[in-house]
Amino acid sequence: MFEAIAFYTFSAITIVMFWITVTSKNALYAMSALAAGMIMISGFFFLLDADFLGVVQIIVYTGAVMALYAFGMMFFDTTRDVKERVRAPKLVFLLSGMTALVLVIALVAPILGDHIEALYPMKEGIENPQAVGVVLFTKYLVPFEVAAVMLLVAMIAGIVLAGKKMDESLTLKVEDEFTQKGAQ
Amino acid sequence: MITLSHYLVLSAVLFAIGLVGVYRRKNLLMLLFSTEILLNAANVGFAAISKFYGDLTGQMFAFFIVAVAASEVAVGLGLMIVWYKRRGTLDIDSMQSMHG
Repeated sequence: MFEAIAFYTFSAITIVMFWITVTSKNALYAMSALAAGMIMISGFFFLLDADFLGVVQIIVYTGAVMALYAFGMMFFDTTRDVKERVRAPKLVFLLSGMTALVLVIALVAPILGDHIEALYPMKEGIENPQAVGVVLFTKYLVPFEVAAVMLLVAMIAGIVLAGKKMDESLTLKVEDEFTQKGAQ
Repeated sequence: MITLSHYLVLSAVLFAIGLVGVYRRKNLLMLLFSTEILLNAANVGFAAISKFYGDLTGQMFAFFIVAVAASEVAVGLGLMIVWYKRRGTLDIDSMQSMHG
């Protein structure tokens, strides 16, 4: 009963927040709505007994990613409204609606999942973070290390790209920029 | 009673909302927001499958998706800052230097 109430509340809030994100003209409103939607998504993870995933969702998305967006937006002019010229607005909703319809039909259809066996079944009496840790550091150790290297590469790329003088790279110069620099 | 189908339909709806954003947004920052929505919709689906089949693999994949999203944001924001410094706009229509 409470699960149903929580599910419908969370889904209503999440859908509204994400809809604001994709339709808002103001970048700050869009970012705030996205952060709120992320928090509500973590509610689903707690409902689904994935405690550790919910905590990671809050820390990484609303902590790290949103802070990164907030700092990145200092470089942009976010007080002005975003001007967007949508060529075919009806086509957008038609395509998205069709995709949603196909996805819903495919997901609601009876799943031939009787033969699916749990590869790493959840055991009774073990808390979720502990079980996650055991599986992550035994069966998924190599992907975990690869993900660590990927995050390191992303960090270095972020530092280098946002650093000084990167806007004067010679490899991407266009002709008028050359003449503009020459005229100065 | 909330079943697996409820969660999967919710995941599909969230994915469609993100798809609307990807289709109609012309600003790079907003486009990046929409991709975050897409990744989160997939995460909800993975966690639901993980719970209803009693398997931890779904949660593992959700963790790796979170890691991918974090690194995507770092690199994407860096590229956007470079572009904004050079051109002064984040409009996608201004990126037609190859006239494709």
